[in-house]
Amino acid sequence: MTAHPRVITKRMFDHPTDSHTIERYQADGGYEQARGAMTLGRDALVELVKNSGLLGRGGAAFSAGMKWSFLAPPKPAYLVINGDESEPGTFKDRQLLERDPHSVVEGIIITAVANEVHHAFVYIRGEYPKPARRLQRAVDEAYAKGFLGKGIFGTDYDLEVTVHLGGGAYICGEETALINSLEGRRGEPRLKPPYFPAAKGLYMQPTIVNNVETVANLPHILSMGVDAYKALGHEADTGTFLFSVSGHVVKPGNYELPHGITWRELIFDIAGGIRDGKKLKTWIPGGASAPWFVPEDHLDLEITKDATGRAGSMLGSGAVVVMDETTCVVQAAERIVRFFSHESCGQCTPCREGTTWLEMILKRIESGHGRPNDVDVLLDVSDNISVGLAWPPKMTTICPLGPSAVSPIISITKYFKDEVMAHIHGGGCPIGKSH
Amino acid sequence: MSGFDHRAAATYAAPSMSRWSQATQETAREIIARYPEKRSAVMPLLYLAMAEDGWLTDEGMAEVAEWTGITPAQVQSVASFYTMYKREPTGRYLISCCTSISCMLLGSDDVLHALEDESGVPHGETDAEGVISVEHAECLGACGGAPAVQVNYELIEGVTPEKARELVNWLRAGRPDVVTADEMQSLFGGRTSFDWAVAENTGAIGPVPAFEKYGTARSDGR
Repeated sequence: MTAHPRVITKRMFDHPTDSHTIERYQADGGYEQARGAMTLGRDALVELVKNSGLLGRGGAAFSAGMKWSFLAPPKPAYLVINGDESEPGTFKDRQLLERDPHSVVEGIIITAVANEVHHAFVYIRGEYPKPARRLQRAVDEAYAKGFLGKGIFGTDYDLEVTVHLGGGAYICGEETALINSLEGRRGEPRLKPPYFPAAKGLYMQPTIVNNVETVANLPHILSMGVDAYKALGHEADTGTFLFSVSGHVVKPGNYELPHGITWRELIFDIAGGIRDGKKLKTWIPGGASAPWFVPEDHLDLEITKDATGRAGSMLGSGAVVVMDETTCVVQAAERIVRFFSHESCGQCTPCREGTTWLEMILKRIESGHGRPNDVDVLLDVSDNISVGLAWPPKMTTICPLGPSAVSPIISITKYFKDEVMAHIHGGGCPIGKSH
Repeated sequence: MSGFDHRAAATYAAPSMSRWSQATQETAREIIARYPEKRSAVMPLLYLAMAEDGWLTDEGMAEVAEWTGITPAQVQSVASFYTMYKREPTGRYLISCCTSISCMLLGSDDVLHALEDESGVPHGETDAEGVISVEHAECLGACGGAPAVQVNYELIEGVTPEKARELVNWLRAGRPDVVTADEMQSLFGGRTSFDWAVAENTGAIGPVPAFEKYGTARSDGR
């Protein structure tokens, strides 16, 4: 197994007891890149981040520099950092916020300066009080040092940072829902167009929304330079990427890796393979929203955004959920669909009604009360949420939550139809998992 | 270049008939001052209201409406959207058991059952004494340390059914003033998503996330 260099998680491994303190961060040269960014100005910073190839790490993998370049007048513009990490399987931002919060704060300063923003908000999910406490302490320390507040780094540039706790709603990870939530409203996504945040976002002002991991990359890009940063990764997916690996592996955890390795390497070499000598059955390559992969077809596929997309799935937020041969795929699908049904905001009928029906039908199949045509009904309901079951999904809804619930349905009917039918014809789970 | 001066905005008058303590009113003022528009303070103020009353009462929502300049109905429409605003009496210890995919794969349903069985409280309910509430939660972001449980949003990773039972009895018998993730992890936890590295003695004093000025205390009383 090749050793892969750590970049954004390096400090927490080198200095486990104090990686979260400003003393350690500054001893490592921290905040010098933000200080330097003050003199670079918007155009140079946007160009630099565009050239670095940095893609957003929240799931959509859109060019961060490109997103910045879309920011429209007028002023004030706002910056919102998305720390509402809630995609089942994902726990990477939590580690960054708890273990290296100053890298996030420095990334916020760089992003704010690049976009001429004077007030940034960090939206952290409500179930993350400890990460929020760590970040707030880092913010307070940065204020005390003059890196935030009035006249940062001795210039005439003001920057305020407000840390905001969510209320327990996955949908607030969708950027326009997050903005509504931050305005003190129900976290319902806004219809786009016309409300693209770069033009009309928070308080109807131009707004940049970036993920926690995305901005944590910025100090490193500035310190090592664009060429060195790009060389860490793969041609189209530069830098490193945090994979959250969970499920039936020997060593679950967050792994900072370059793109371009294979799934075999990730699951078997890095995450230690399947527990108790069991066999790999299937895995989710990019969070609960992503269609599943199976060993026969995908184990030697390169892990890149493009290769994963061509194979009909996505890397999303980097959450890899591994399931072994003891897993009942109906129960697994039910658990994922239940999540989306619970988290549907209710605005769009295909999502609100569709996810509810999918959950109910999966529950009856799992409990042995499946009907002979239930697979057809599942696919028909899915088609009403996500037309033609295409990948990437064709939208019938304001946001992608509804179509996400279709992914496990597509997966189990494509790869495990026999197992689903065995539930229906055999009156319950053939591997003894259902209750 | 001058940005938005959030400190100068701290000029909102308190509602004339506030039920809240002076300290809570002061906190409410500080929170509102951090936002360009006071409506943005609805969510943190809802946590303050819960911390004052133990759960989110109609009076609490009316108070938040006064502070933020919207109607009680608007506040309720916000509160009802989010799972963490508990509009029914909630136990002093809210036990949330994650049963989403990664936790389910590693036995979370047995952990939830153990919590319900030992406490006598089915998920979604509270015991008669108002001490323990049990709920099942969707993904808590602890998938690498599955199965995960939170008490008042303080996290424990790698929980077994046996440890879940011990947790219930520890809460019932000891009635700790403050619950902290690190203490509970050392007593009832197992494998974690990542190395927690440094223990913290800050924790929660009720079913409200322990962040800054709402629901937070240090276990050593400082």
